[in-house]
Amino acid sequence: MAKTYVSATINGEQTEFLCETQQTLLDVLRDVVGLTGSKEGCASGDCGACSVILDGRLVCSCLVLGVEANGTTITTIEGIAQGDKLHPVQQKFLEHAALQCGFCTPGLIVASKALLDENPNPTETEARYWLAGNLCRCTGYDKVIRAVMDAAAEMRGETVG
Amino acid sequence: MVKVVLSSGSASQQFTGGETEFEVEATTFRRLVLELEQRYPGLGKQVEESMAIAIDGEIFQDAYAAELQAGSEIVLIPKIGGG
Amino acid sequence: MNYIDSSLKVVGSRPVRPDGVDKVTGRAVFAADTRTAGMLWGKILRSPHAHARIVSIDTSKAEALKGVFGVVTAADFPDIPSEEAFVGEGPVNFRDLALNVMARHKVLYEGHALAAVAASTQEIADQALALIDVKYEVLPHVIDVEEAMADGAPILHDDMITTGVNPPPTKASNIAKVVTFKKGDAEAAFAEVDVIVEGRYTTQPVHQAYIEPHACLATYSPDGQIQIHSSSQGHFMVRAYTAKLLGLNLSDIRVNPAEIGGGFGGKTLVYLEPVAVALSRKSGRTVKMQMTREEVFRGSGPTSGAAMDVKIGAKKDGTIVAAKQVLKYQAGAFAGSPIGPGCMCGFAMYDLPNVDVVGYDVVSNRPKVAAYRAPGAPITSFAVESAMDELALKLGMDPLTLREKNAAKNGTKTHYGPTHQNIGFTAVLDAVKAHPHWKAPLKEGQGRGLATGFWFNIGGESSAQVHVNEDGSVTAATGSPDIGGSRASIGMMVAEVLGVPADVVRTIVADTASIGFTHLTGGSRVTFATGMAATQAAEKVVEDLKRRAAQTWEIPVDAVEWKDGKAYPAGSNAGAFEPLDLAALALKSPRTGGPIAAEVSVNAQGAGAGFGAHICDVTVDKETGHVTIERYTAIQDVGKAIHPSYVEGQIQGGAAQGIGWALNEEYIYNDRGQMENPGFLDYRVPVASDVPMIEAVLVEVPNPRHPFGARGVGEVPIVPPMAAIANAIRSATGLRMPDLPMSPPKVRAAFDARG
Repeated sequence: MAKTYVSATINGEQTEFLCETQQTLLDVLRDVVGLTGSKEGCASGDCGACSVILDGRLVCSCLVLGVEANGTTITTIEGIAQGDKLHPVQQKFLEHAALQCGFCTPGLIVASKALLDENPNPTETEARYWLAGNLCRCTGYDKVIRAVMDAAAEMRGETVG
Repeated sequence: MVKVVLSSGSASQQFTGGETEFEVEATTFRRLVLELEQRYPGLGKQVEESMAIAIDGEIFQDAYAAELQAGSEIVLIPKIGGG
Repeated sequence: MNYIDSSLKVVGSRPVRPDGVDKVTGRAVFAADTRTAGMLWGKILRSPHAHARIVSIDTSKAEALKGVFGVVTAADFPDIPSEEAFVGEGPVNFRDLALNVMARHKVLYEGHALAAVAASTQEIADQALALIDVKYEVLPHVIDVEEAMADGAPILHDDMITTGVNPPPTKASNIAKVVTFKKGDAEAAFAEVDVIVEGRYTTQPVHQAYIEPHACLATYSPDGQIQIHSSSQGHFMVRAYTAKLLGLNLSDIRVNPAEIGGGFGGKTLVYLEPVAVALSRKSGRTVKMQMTREEVFRGSGPTSGAAMDVKIGAKKDGTIVAAKQVLKYQAGAFAGSPIGPGCMCGFAMYDLPNVDVVGYDVVSNRPKVAAYRAPGAPITSFAVESAMDELALKLGMDPLTLREKNAAKNGTKTHYGPTHQNIGFTAVLDAVKAHPHWKAPLKEGQGRGLATGFWFNIGGESSAQVHVNEDGSVTAATGSPDIGGSRASIGMMVAEVLGVPADVVRTIVADTASIGFTHLTGGSRVTFATGMAATQAAEKVVEDLKRRAAQTWEIPVDAVEWKDGKAYPAGSNAGAFEPLDLAALALKSPRTGGPIAAEVSVNAQGAGAGFGAHICDVTVDKETGHVTIERYTAIQDVGKAIHPSYVEGQIQGGAAQGIGWALNEEYIYNDRGQMENPGFLDYRVPVASDVPMIEAVLVEVPNPRHPFGARGVGEVPIVPPMAAIANAIRSATGLRMPDLPMSPPKVRAAFDARG
């Protein structure tokens, strides 16, 4: 079976790859492009560990085909920090100890950034429902939500960084 | 002399013929195991391999050198794991 | 040395964990993130039947497929004899473990592995699996624990004769063993009580549901040296089990610990590693294997489901005089449910004169159970703490007062034998009483529940190294995989002893060839046991540093003191020398004896038991049966919180797992014994919108056996939630829910039945 040529902008970089039709974007990111930050937790779109932002939209990369990425702009966890400057969400996750094993963390951070891109002033309930697609088995979500709310406040300029 | 109590939650009673409390002369865990094996063949081995002991309440899972005071109460319980 | 009463500069603070940046940027390497050139993908063929004889396996077509480089079955594994040993997290029969990894003669559950292939792509591997021709003789199966115990039930093991019964049975059954714990004479005592509560409680099997599926890479080199890279709770355990199951030398295997994406007990044994090694040996290439989520559910061990009967008898004033419990735990396909701890933990919080507990370890056609956070305790506590609530109601007594009246204290003899020492249960109950949640008025339609819990915690073997690098920075290495932030706590204890800031110490997890033996991460043991080893290693380094300072100043060693990361002359008589810090001493280390390093291995004894109490407020929707957790407070004796954020995290995470266990999680089987919900859509774990903030209250009654007073904390918090929620539902609706999960259809049905 011939592979398909795909070209996409991934984390700001023009990236080209070949992939099989049935390969998911998650498979491609991890096994072809080499970006292993997005994780496979279920491969059925239920856990959110593979979350990426595709043309401005939060998606589970395991539910997108690699070939569908042609001509799109994708942000993965590897593109959240700017060089060595962490995004406020990443920084707050560290300060609030909002991670334990760290496996769901890339997906949660991408999803949290997508939340704050769309709604810079979420209530706790809005944050919880937005992040309901990202399963975490370690933290019970308490410190995760605190980190996200604190990052939101900082990004709005309400707290001294 | 120390008092040994078999917490019955294991198959240890098969070695002692149903006895669950007895006195043994020992000042270390190691000596205790040897004495038990001598008195009830099979019991010492089982204690060493799959049981924990509580010496006056404190649980020890290993430790030949664990000291037993005269009059100590030694309770044999199943080894504990975790998750 | 003991720092319990010292004023501490690092321990007790909340620095950012050393591996944190890697984890928030996606750089941290979990097992499935690794690939090597020329590697093959391994995949497992799993039984579609719950119980069947394997008549034949024909792998020839799979072997002939282009792109397939190796196929293995049980024929490629030694037929090891039955051998019991206490390894890992509980008594293990190595033969059972081997048969669980690769079935021989019989498959005992849907999902049971019976063959595996290694191919150049995952797709070809899947095609190869489909070409393996297995002839099964399907047998009747049994799932439910009491059905498995009944006469006439399909028998899983022809040689299973129940132990713990005198005289032993003459026929095989599905009951592996019976355990009993007795104190006093409960039968007689029941005749003397004023009030009795009796109830039957059941729980369903639940999975640890770690978000990271099992994964590993294995390389078998032509010289017989083996490298394994895997996510597990214990790389030394992986080495030992892989060697045992394949009949290899332990010393020929080196296991590198990848980061682990959750375990909770489910990764304290092996499923893939021996298979990956066997495939690598056959194919001559590195083999990578990772489970799909479906395989995790069908093929790896959840915890037991159970049927339990509880009876508690008390005097009018609330003094409990007699307690009885019969527990039947599912072990899955092979013996080994946590029935022992189940029998011991239910009443461990109380001072009871007459107790009678009997437990059954029962096999049935389900995946072999694996440890899950305080194995056995959450199940038994659901029954006991629900019954205690019923007792409080019957006595017209406040549920907290009932617990206080019967609380275990220092010197209380447990029903399983040992006497409690240095415990903090009454401090925990005091904290419940003092907490605003306990007194907060309930809104209309809300109910409140209280439940308590206990776990032993363990110590065990750990090794730790502390090195002072040439620039005065410090590396601490241990053999303990970091599931929840333990790297931070270990580094903090080392920093405290050395008197330096936390960020001077980098903590790593070393592989099996680079550090002394370390028992796996589980049993809430790492901060306690590995922390003890690390502390002692740091103390050795301090002694060494003082000796070098003494040598440099030409004064006696006892004239040197170490404070805040520097060597000082002790008093003006010793001499007016400028203090020497780590950097200065490291610089001169070639002249004062060479590299500055120490390694300590311990078998830590004296792990302090943990007690918890949870308060939960709920509202229950009469129409849908949906239960909303409105407010949740988890109070626990943690001994000493080394890094309070990660201690809180353990408590919040354990409580959340308990909430899922209480309200939604269960295995749903069809009549062919196949699991119908092997995915996160229908195996419903809590999501962010299901839970409120979980307030973790840290009570600190120090454990004198740990240098900083720490107790294990990770397992206790999963013990109280199910009963706390059941009791809250009772308070809100008057309905007692004795069967888990208390899912919407069940709650709705309970409303309907009441009318």
